Amino acid sequence: MPSDRLAVRKTYKLFIGGAFPRSESGRSYPVRSASGDFMANAALASRKDARDAVRAARSAFGKWSGATAYNRGQILYRVAEMLEGRRAQFVAEVTASGGDADEVDAAIDRWVWYAGWADKIAQVHGGANPVAGPFFNLSTPEPTGVVAVVAPPDSALLGLVSVIAPAIVTGNTVVVVAAEDRPLPAVTLAEVLATSDLPGGVVNVLTGRVAEIAPWLASHMDVDALDLAGVPDRQAATALEVAAADNLKRVLRPAETPVDWAAGPGVDRMLALMETKTVWHPKGV
Amino acid sequence: MAFEYAPAPESRSVVDIRESYGLFIDGEFADGAGGRIKTVNPATEEVLSEVVEADAADVDRAVAAARRAYDRVWGPMPGRERAKYLYRIARIVQERARELAVLESIDNGKPIRESRDVDVPLVAAHFFYYAGWADKLGYAGFGPDPKPVGVAGQVIPWNFPLLMLAWKIAPALACGNTVVLKPAETTPLTALAFAEICQQAELPAGVVNIVTGAGETGRLLVEHPGVDKVAFTGSTEVGKQIARSVAGTRKRVTLELGGKAANIVFDDAPIDQAVEGIVNGIFFNQGHVCCAGSRLLVQESIADDLLAALKRRMSLLRVGDPLDKNTDVGAINSAAQLERVRQLSELGTSEGAERWSAPCELPERGFWFAPTIFTGVSQAHRIAREEIFGPVLSVLTFRTPAEAVEKANNTPYGLSAGIWTEKGSRILAIADKLRAGVVWANTFNKFDPASPFGGYKESGYGREGGRHGLEAYLAK
Repeated sequence: MPSDRLAVRKTYKLFIGGAFPRSESGRSYPVRSASGDFMANAALASRKDARDAVRAARSAFGKWSGATAYNRGQILYRVAEMLEGRRAQFVAEVTASGGDADEVDAAIDRWVWYAGWADKIAQVHGGANPVAGPFFNLSTPEPTGVVAVVAPPDSALLGLVSVIAPAIVTGNTVVVVAAEDRPLPAVTLAEVLATSDLPGGVVNVLTGRVAEIAPWLASHMDVDALDLAGVPDRQAATALEVAAADNLKRVLRPAETPVDWAAGPGVDRMLALMETKTVWHPKGV
Repeated sequence: MAFEYAPAPESRSVVDIRESYGLFIDGEFADGAGGRIKTVNPATEEVLSEVVEADAADVDRAVAAARRAYDRVWGPMPGRERAKYLYRIARIVQERARELAVLESIDNGKPIRESRDVDVPLVAAHFFYYAGWADKLGYAGFGPDPKPVGVAGQVIPWNFPLLMLAWKIAPALACGNTVVLKPAETTPLTALAFAEICQQAELPAGVVNIVTGAGETGRLLVEHPGVDKVAFTGSTEVGKQIARSVAGTRKRVTLELGGKAANIVFDDAPIDQAVEGIVNGIFFNQGHVCCAGSRLLVQESIADDLLAALKRRMSLLRVGDPLDKNTDVGAINSAAQLERVRQLSELGTSEGAERWSAPCELPERGFWFAPTIFTGVSQAHRIAREEIFGPVLSVLTFRTPAEAVEKANNTPYGLSAGIWTEKGSRILAIADKLRAGVVWANTFNKFDPASPFGGYKESGYGREGGRHGLEAYLAK
């Protein structure tokens, strides 16, 4: 029986503001497996899609950054649960594009690791400052805002998770450009996010050409930070960093040597996308 | 009613300003290859001295000296030894405090009351604070054995010349870096005095290098390939140029830039305290403060009373001789800055805001601007959007807390903010929502070496002060 049945294929679309639109440009591009077989047509995002995604991310920022850290941790853990439930699908997509099943397991575990940071990072990297005077003085790390991310091209799921999770766990919202040649796990991740109580717009996923979309994100005046993890080309990364200076975006430069995404990530990515706020108040009776 | 005071000038005899200064490179004062620039006393327009306008060759020599010192002496030195040098510096600053305060007021124009009671004590405290970190870096939360970055190129502004030097040099040295620092064109003298302090402390040659000059010297330093770390305090415009110029390099950068801070006064605030805070927020250091409370947001219901009290208080401000111990507001730092303050103020009037200046007699010579407020200011007015960097306050009103937050955050800047209210829960709720790096509640313009300082958005990135201030000077 099963052999006679024609499979129902999935349409791989963008993920913007919690919805799954096609590109407004009406364009798509074929995604092929590591062995060259056609897998799907992914949406080819345009400048307009990128701007829509930034607007969605900005709209979501107030509520998400204002949620309790406990609540964000719960939602991120819920994402890990949903990832686990879709494990087989991720394995199929990741292995077809040249990865392996271990990458999926590592991605789920990475998500769990970051989920636990939600209500700890402020304790570890903030605190009371012993100033020389009768003042209460407290420093707290806060999310930077809207973060545009170019996901690593070589690690379609683990790399992707490793750049999204540290940004959103602290309250940032994200527009991510998926790995150009391996975008399918990103869209499936979006489906997971859409069913995990993550508010719409916290993560927005664009698929398409990095060279086409990234410059618009880098120069967008309502984007606060730019993660260039997925731009190994030095000239391209430099041009994006120059564009980012127009509103002094925080820029995470690409690593000089290829990143081992399976290695423990540390807290650097979380801290790079946070601002420290220090509040003073006099003491007195 | 204005109180009459007899003049109480601080003596200038404690300072000895040379006719000209060289560059401080590799532990020695040396002639530079570049041209010469004059530094003047902004209160009198008297030429104080001539300094070098360092050129590319000078910057090269300074960076090379810093590199040698980093490789051979300062980098390998145990933290506990570096600490002792920094403690020495802190002590010498304390010993020479009066001289430094007078020199700062002469070169910068700020009142002696501020240079004596704020700037110089904070300079000493900053070195003292970071001295203690030098042998405890493994406990700072940046890994068990963090390493220095290398040679730091540091460019500082003219508003707090010696204090900004301390903010830059103390953490850099504590972490094991060496520095080349460029003081501002109009205020080089205390940095050169600091060079002598380094000599007195017997700091190894090349650990601290001071190159004087203007914007071009700063650009040469920032863009020098031998610099590993750039630290800049100054305008947002130059900050953006620096961000572009370091793109594609491995240089680490921290930028502490402009601001347009909202000082929010709610209807339950204690009016007299709030007025003191508003005055301190915008007229401290002639308003030459990046975190100045230059936008007063006052709740509509108390606006009339508050403004009346503010004008009464402003009428008592004593504007004049920076060396007079009674002076509240000193001289504008330069003719160029005075021109900018004037232009923006004229714009305020032409855009329809109502101007009121404190009735005070201004000296005939020197660069002066009376403390001024604009009322009837809308968010679209340029005086509500652009950093004036002078003693000029723009007053806006609001009705609800949500409106106050909306207006406070309606700026590309995000350096600081103030909140005045008796209600604790409101302070915490508003502080949470303000997108600014420093929030002063029922106080303003407080600084401490243990307290991190720095901005959100276009006010720059990175933090100076406290444990957080170490991060910029430690390798990743």
